[in-house]
Amino acid sequence: MSQVLDFKPAAGTSADVLTIKDLKAYYINDMFGVRREVRAVDGISLTVRRNEVYGIAGESSSGKTSLIKTLAGAIRPPMQVVGGSVKFDFGGKHIDVYAEPRKMQAARWQNLSYIMQGSMSVLNPVRRIKHAFNDFAFRHMGLDRRAFRQRVESHLQKLGLDPNVLEAFPHQLSGGMRQRVTIALATVCEPEFIIADEPTTALDVLVQQDVLGLIKEVQGRLGSSIVFVTHDMSVHAAITDRLAIMYAGRLAEEGPTQAMFDNPQHPYTAHLIASLPRIGDVSTRKSLAGRPPSLANPPSGCRFHPRCPIAIDRCSKEVPEMLPSAIGGRVACFRAGEIAVK
Amino acid sequence: MSNLLELDHVTKVYPVGGLFSRQTIKAVNDVSFSLNNDKPEIFAIVGESGSGKSTMAKMMLGNEVPDQGRLVFDGIDIATIRSRRQREEFMAKVQPVFQNPFEAFNPLTRVDAYLFATAHRFAKADTQEQKERVTDEALQRVGLSMAEIKGRFSHELSGGQLQRVAVARALIPSPKLIVADEPVSMVDASLRMSIVNLFRSLRDELKVSIIYITHDLATAYYISDRVIIMQKGVIIESGDARTVLDNPQHPYSIALKNAVLPPDPRAASAAIRQRNLGVPVA
Repeated sequence: MSQVLDFKPAAGTSADVLTIKDLKAYYINDMFGVRREVRAVDGISLTVRRNEVYGIAGESSSGKTSLIKTLAGAIRPPMQVVGGSVKFDFGGKHIDVYAEPRKMQAARWQNLSYIMQGSMSVLNPVRRIKHAFNDFAFRHMGLDRRAFRQRVESHLQKLGLDPNVLEAFPHQLSGGMRQRVTIALATVCEPEFIIADEPTTALDVLVQQDVLGLIKEVQGRLGSSIVFVTHDMSVHAAITDRLAIMYAGRLAEEGPTQAMFDNPQHPYTAHLIASLPRIGDVSTRKSLAGRPPSLANPPSGCRFHPRCPIAIDRCSKEVPEMLPSAIGGRVACFRAGEIAVK
Repeated sequence: MSNLLELDHVTKVYPVGGLFSRQTIKAVNDVSFSLNNDKPEIFAIVGESGSGKSTMAKMMLGNEVPDQGRLVFDGIDIATIRSRRQREEFMAKVQPVFQNPFEAFNPLTRVDAYLFATAHRFAKADTQEQKERVTDEALQRVGLSMAEIKGRFSHELSGGQLQRVAVARALIPSPKLIVADEPVSMVDASLRMSIVNLFRSLRDELKVSIIYITHDLATAYYISDRVIIMQKGVIIESGDARTVLDNPQHPYSIALKNAVLPPDPRAASAAIRQRNLGVPVA
């Protein structure tokens, strides 16, 4: 597809779209007089710029899904935002997610949308694809039925999909096609901000390459920002401009993707990158000892210290702050930059 | 020299469509290869979904019988297995490891119950003491211990730990062959290599052959000795893993290799940019 596209240009300049300040969101269970807190997001500050792909990496139970739920304002009990703020800036329209929930509702799908992991669980298996578009996007577009249908069809064509898929049931499409449909669904309103939660994890390598290419291309055309969440570092290498590494509810490191792969500052980052298998290299890859910490009862000090190969005494007592790193990002480690890859 | 496993022109056909439909699909089409009894190896079967690799796993585990051709394990054609005794003998020699450990273990059953049941059935452990001893030995092999696992439910363990428990369970009957169907695709990246390295040590120390089924060429390259690449039920390329993957000949193998994202941002973003949007996903 090389036709001229009529996507609207990205509004505004290179300002930050999303600003998170010292965000804390806990799962709080208060049952039979026993209070249990799971600190899934524990003091995270970050900004996402306009027109960039911002990656969030981390293993399961590191709190990355909780973080994106919090920033989308999609939290439910027992999860609570305990402190901090999430602010969006959509071309001059400022929204503080937790101070103005109503404004956030209006912004959903129009300004902020979501590409989900399991395409099969997004699309209702007993309804045709067109109903999904009606349900998700119709009320946000302000068009009449016919104009809406035309808009959706032309949008699908831009993404290399036949408009006939609208009449299909989800099970009639392959996994890659379904994932393309969910991408079309998330981008039909041309939002400025897209959250992608492991969109390629369930896909085959060939399809994954294709879907990543599609996401990157759509992002480039819309000029929107994407927060891309996955635990697969090679996917981050392929698509993200900046990357944040999460460990046990906190950020371990953040920086430009290329620089982080070339010269990781945090030992956890270094490990994640060094453990990637490569074709043409059969040298033994080590894996980290131990297991991810429980967020209900995290280790003291730096949460990575029980598994860290270069931990010192100080690591178990003090919490390292996010400070500017040598590669133009930020890192939370007392011994930043002391571990080399391999 | 005898063969541990021999597939001789194996074909598996499934009907597709409704009750009166005559359409069929050849999930596995004329596949032949053999594993040597004397030399344990890690044998990788690579292909995308729909390439017939999971059907191969089912046949090797004896859950499906080939429609044509013979699948001979340790001198016995699996199609001739009739009695319960024969089946149990076969099951003791071939053990599975599945893709998602959280689905393989019932969340309401304690994990050790699976281990004890296997010990009881295949390792002739009758008393609780014997069961625990046998189980502990298997757990030690995978770098865990009885103390860590006893009385735990699956949600209390991490994915990597649980997958290692699954491997330990498979080791209890002292099998000759382990069939691992996508064993690391649901495991976190930081723990993935611990499972992969475990397979390598099982081959070297316990002399167990491993069928490693995957779509990930990077880990296949890392651990396997021989590889076959399948597309739509047919083997399109086979041979020594390094030779095949360093220099693939078939266009599909080349496409698969190119689809492996290199762990370097510059090369990887170039790789995804190559894809043309106009090409529909198959």
